[in-house]
Amino acid sequence: MMTAMIVDDEELARKLVREMLAAHPDIEVIAECANGFEAVKAAAREKPDLLFLDVQMPKLDGFEVLELIGPGVKTIFTTAYDQYALRAFEVHAVDYLLKPFNQERFDGALELARSRMGQPAPPPSDLAAAARPQKYLERIVVRDGARVHIIPVARLDYAEAQDDYVSLVSQGKSYLKQQTIASLEKALDPRQFVRIHRSYVVNLERVVKMEPYTKDSRVAVLSDGKQLPVSRSGYQRLAVLLGETL
Amino acid sequence: MHPVIRGGRLAVYVAAWLPVAYALSWLLVDQGKLTWRVSAAVALPACGVYALFCLSAWYPCRALRPHAEPIARIVITHLASAVVAAALWAGVAAGIFGALPLTGSIAPALPAVFALGLVLYLLAVALYYVVLAVDAARQAEAREAEAYVLAGKAELRALKAQINPHFLYNSLNSISALTSVDPGKAREMCVQLAGFLRSTLGMGEKAAIPFSEELALTRSYLNIERVRFGARLEVEEEIGAECDGFPVPPLLLQPLVENAIVHGIANLVDAGFVRIRAHQTAAEGDRPEEMRIVVENSFDPEGQSSRQRGGFGLASVRKRIQAHYGSGAAIQAAAADAVYRVEMRLPLSGKG
Repeated sequence: MMTAMIVDDEELARKLVREMLAAHPDIEVIAECANGFEAVKAAAREKPDLLFLDVQMPKLDGFEVLELIGPGVKTIFTTAYDQYALRAFEVHAVDYLLKPFNQERFDGALELARSRMGQPAPPPSDLAAAARPQKYLERIVVRDGARVHIIPVARLDYAEAQDDYVSLVSQGKSYLKQQTIASLEKALDPRQFVRIHRSYVVNLERVVKMEPYTKDSRVAVLSDGKQLPVSRSGYQRLAVLLGETL
Repeated sequence: MHPVIRGGRLAVYVAAWLPVAYALSWLLVDQGKLTWRVSAAVALPACGVYALFCLSAWYPCRALRPHAEPIARIVITHLASAVVAAALWAGVAAGIFGALPLTGSIAPALPAVFALGLVLYLLAVALYYVVLAVDAARQAEAREAEAYVLAGKAELRALKAQINPHFLYNSLNSISALTSVDPGKAREMCVQLAGFLRSTLGMGEKAAIPFSEELALTRSYLNIERVRFGARLEVEEEIGAECDGFPVPPLLLQPLVENAIVHGIANLVDAGFVRIRAHQTAAEGDRPEEMRIVVENSFDPEGQSSRQRGGFGLASVRKRIQAHYGSGAAIQAAAADAVYRVEMRLPLSGKG
């Protein structure tokens, strides 16, 4: 027996998946969700084995939903867009169904899902980075229990490494996300965000001045007065960037 | 390239000079009282030289096109060249006669030789102008054919860009779902989709259509999207009856409404609206009477595509109205309070 969730913003599309599932009595639909927020909430609550996931949806797209739910759940993408197929397999999707699809193709996807059921979840990869090979992040999604926060990168002041997590500071609030600072740095536009220290990535637009701290190090002062340590190599990176932008 | 040298015409040209040589010999016999043998001995080399002379007439012909230069100047130039060429030719004939060990005199025949030279040179000029005219006609034809092909390609590109493939796939997916849930509705949607495709594909050929037709196309698009989005899509219309017959370039309204759905309604968790308004306004100050079309839609200000809400559709509509109305028309887009608004102003007196 497998439990499944259907996530699609179109009611007819959800009905279609449900109907095609009627031929598979071993799969039980435990939730239907019409947007990404609902999906993240329901997945945290229901812990389904299988996810039928649309890509383009209000609020959160399918990839962001997957990033927030974490690995563990087998995912079959259902979408009219063929351009996300590569991304889908980079995030270890079981299959990628292009709308419209027929029962035969659908059955094939389920067969794949069943065969992978016993296998352990693939290691948590840098989903955000892997999913966007060409362009930089425009927003960061963070899950806090059942709540989802969306932080546009323009509103991110800085990020601080805390063991396996990063603390994202935006407009006076901080959000904790399970990610390494190195992978976050890689996903952000290097013209806007600089790794000024082993533990800090800062939004250049927030930096108002630099002050000497010790003989070898400096601090960056942000527009809200917050001071962040700047290492020697971090200062070099900053100097290169400011030299280019000024 | 010289037209006589092109495509094996040289042999024809040389052959055409044989009767000329015969005519010249006859002139020498008749006017100069020379024997046929002597006449032929002078006429053949003289014609050979003059054949080359006449070839050179091509270059002034090519330089002096009738549509680009005053006719008087062309006539005077060619007449002067003809006089010089004919005089030279008479001189050449006299020179050849003098160089040969012959008795008698060529002098009495020289005026006739000069006259023949004049006629031949002008004939050559006329011939070259015919060649030029034929060439120009051929080139124009080729250009026209090329323009036709280009126009066809542009139209195809425009259509490809116009019909969003994902709209088609999603609609087909809805139909696929409806076939078991509600077969009657599935059929109805097939009909709507066919109607939409038929009118969109047919419109590319037209320069302008009545606004009522554009509105009908937009409505059939909205009917299809209503099946997909259900209660999430609310449509409001406020159309002045005076707008119906107003000629507009095709696919003016539909792409804006499609934008409203793709970048607006599709990103909303709850229901959203698309509002279409159109009316004519009276002349006001220096602003002439015009037609105003407004498309408004709700959108999620924190949504994904906030950066590209106008998208490709807005750019293509802007280009189309600029091509159709010139600077007399305007299109503006603005977002405020979770409502995106595009306003078009089209002059009533614009090119229809």
